[in-house]
This record gives sequence, C-alpha cells and structure tokens, in this order.
Amino acid sequence: MLAEAVAPAGAAGALVPTPYVVVERREEAADVVTLAIEPTEGSAPTFRHGQFNMVTSFGRGEVAVSMSSAPGAPGPVEHSIRRVGAVTAALCAAPVGSFVGIRGPFGTSWGVDEVEDGVDVVVMAGGIGLAPLRGAVRDLVARQQAGRGRVFVLAGARSPDQILFDEDLRAWERAGVHVGVSVDVGAPGWTGVVGVVTALLPGAPFEAAGALALLCGPEIMMRFGGRALVDRGVDAGRVRVSLERNMQCGVGLCGHCQLGPLLVCRDGPVVRYGGLADELFMERYR
Amino acid sequence: MNEAVRSLLSGHPFLAGFPPEAVELVAERAEVVTFRPGVLLFREGSPADVAYLVTAGHVAIEVHAPSRGPIVVETIGEGRVVGLSWAAPPFRYQFDARAIDEVEAVAIDTAPLRVALAENPVLGFLFLDRLAAVMLERLQATRIRLLDLYGTTDAG
Repeated sequence: MLAEAVAPAGAAGALVPTPYVVVERREEAADVVTLAIEPTEGSAPTFRHGQFNMVTSFGRGEVAVSMSSAPGAPGPVEHSIRRVGAVTAALCAAPVGSFVGIRGPFGTSWGVDEVEDGVDVVVMAGGIGLAPLRGAVRDLVARQQAGRGRVFVLAGARSPDQILFDEDLRAWERAGVHVGVSVDVGAPGWTGVVGVVTALLPGAPFEAAGALALLCGPEIMMRFGGRALVDRGVDAGRVRVSLERNMQCGVGLCGHCQLGPLLVCRDGPVVRYGGLADELFMERYR
Repeated sequence: MNEAVRSLLSGHPFLAGFPPEAVELVAERAEVVTFRPGVLLFREGSPADVAYLVTAGHVAIEVHAPSRGPIVVETIGEGRVVGLSWAAPPFRYQFDARAIDEVEAVAIDTAPLRVALAENPVLGFLFLDRLAAVMLERLQATRIRLLDLYGTTDAG
C-alpha cells in the first residue's frame, strides 16, 4: 500500500508560493545543480520520501521538483534540478542568497518508512531519477546498518561525467551497500560498467521474493526496469515507480498532469508498477 | 577431465538447463583461464577461435579509435559470454576484449566445438538457441542505449 498523498498545511502552502532563500548551491553534473533552501520565516514543512515541491523562479515560472534530501534531516531542504528549459535554467543559476518560491510538499511517497524488516529493497535510478530517491536511499542505508534489511542501489547515467551524487554513491558503498553504476557511453579512464542500467541486475544478489523495488528515471527505463525486475522474480505489485507529467496546480484541480485515471500531482508521483503503471505505460495516454 | 571446468560450466547461466552431454561436449574443449586487469582476452580482427564464459570479474568490449584511444562499448560481467564472433562467418573478433579487474573464465575452443555441434544437430540447436538469446539481449540493450534516454526531452 502506497502512502497517501500528504497535502501541505493550509491553503497558502498549497497555492501561494512561500519565499525561500538559497543557502547553498552545488554543481552535481554539467547540467544538474542542487539548491539547498530555507524558508525566510519559520521552518520548512515536513515531507515524505519521493514527494515534490512546486519551485518558482520569480518572473519566469514554476516547475515540479522532488526533494533530494531526506525528510527530517538536519539542515535545509535540497532540490536537485536539471537544466532543461528557461525555468530550470534560471533555478540552476540561482546564486546563494537569492530567493525562490515554494509550494508543497505534494504527492505520494515511496513508502520506505513502512517497509517490513528483513525485506531487501532495490533502488533503480536513471539520470536525474536518482534525485527523488536520494533521501530514501539515505534512510534505507541507515535501515541496513541497523540490521533491518538490505538495500541495493543501481544507477544509470548517460556518461561518467553525468553520474549524480558520486560522493553519496561512494559513501553508501563504504557503508556496505551494494552499489552498481552503469553508463550508456564510456569515456577514457572509465573502468566501470558500460551498458543499460538493467544490466546491473544480475550482479545484484538481492532476494527477489518479498523484495520492494523503487524506480525513477526516464519512463522507458522504468518500463524496461520494471519488466526486468518482475522477470527476476520481484512481485510486480511491490515495484513502485515515480511518474513525471506536467504538474501545475499540485493539488489535482487543473488536470494538466492527467495520466489515464490518475492526476499525477495528487495520485502520484509514486505509484505501483504492477496493475497500474505497467498498463498506463502501454496505454499511450499522452 | 578437469573437474574445475565441469563445475564452473554446470553453474554458468549460459549452459543452464542443458543436458549433461552438452555440458560434457563443452568441457572436453575448455579450460579455466584467468586474466590480470588490463590484459587483452582477444584483439579486433583476430580469428574468433575462443569463447569465454565469464565466471568472475568484468571484461570491457572496446574499440580503439585514433586520437581517442580505447572506447568501451559494453561491459560483460560474471555469468555472461565474451566472444560471439565464432558463431558466424567470417569468424573474426569485431572488438577488443580487455579484463577490467581480475577475470576468471572458461575458455572454449570453438573450432572443434563447431564441428561437434554440426555432427549433433540436436545439441547444435540448443547452442544456437542460447546464442540467439544472448545476441537478442545485446541487440535490445544496444537499441535502448541508442535512444539516449537520459538526454534532454522536456523543457521546463
């Protein structure tokens, strides 16, 4: 059972952007920047793994961005943003001390807080898809260290210089987590895996029976990844994916993010793969 | 007969489900080999007379480009096969294969294996069926990578 969507407290948080200040800016890759932000007044609302905020670049527009920090973690809230258009370009360029607007948090979560003890969790991410999973992985690493179940992280990227959160990946590996990274295109000096992210599955010794799988990345990657996990023996109903659509209102009113019977901003972004996303992926609801 | 070869072959996914006589057919023409990191298993253009069933480590399939050096096109790990060019003319390797880390593999002498499979069409079909699955998997993976999934698609 996926966690229910948690609406932001009060109408102001849902529909009117709250000003936040950028307190740190990190270049994660050539076109990905992480902004650490804090509200100008009070504290940031609590959120759950996999939820998203609507982030405003004043004067330019608003985009949906998942939090890439862990809920409850000390310090500012982090959003990792890929530069793909005018709004994200402006956000990526936002210097420390500048202001952005935040509405949220919105949507459903990965539900990792409810994972049964002893169950293996497989995290498969492609490209910027690792960002919405980063906070969940951090808490799943702590869960593994507490002896409550293993986590396996499989991450794909276009090329070595596009691998996100390299320091996190190394830290998770040092913590005893199985971490696999593949790139579509190698580069001089790259001695890691070259191939699709699903090629990492045979080398990941997780127990498929009862496992929970969390997928985030390009939709085609999630389609193939979901099938590969099911072929490996993971119950399709225990595979979760994070959908991406044109989120605008964030509260299921405007309908811009409709995908079949779902309003992704309200019913997603995290939904089950088996019996829902797998069918929607193939229904050509576009 | 080398028991180590038989043991590794019987546990390798490429031969999973094969009858004992098929495993034996390979075992009679195989040996366990190891490669240090950086060592070439084979070179582009050379006769494709050995197939490697990887049992440990990783092998980079690469091509050398002037001024760019070796470009890795795929990484093959434990449980997979390196060297498919023995299955069809002109029986020459099309890429270099280099050990990335310590590699252990079962090296199969494919010339006599081809003769033996031609004489036993039932086993020959089994091998071709499995090879076709490996080739299909690699073709599909290559197609997915051609999509450049992680490239920019949406503006926002």
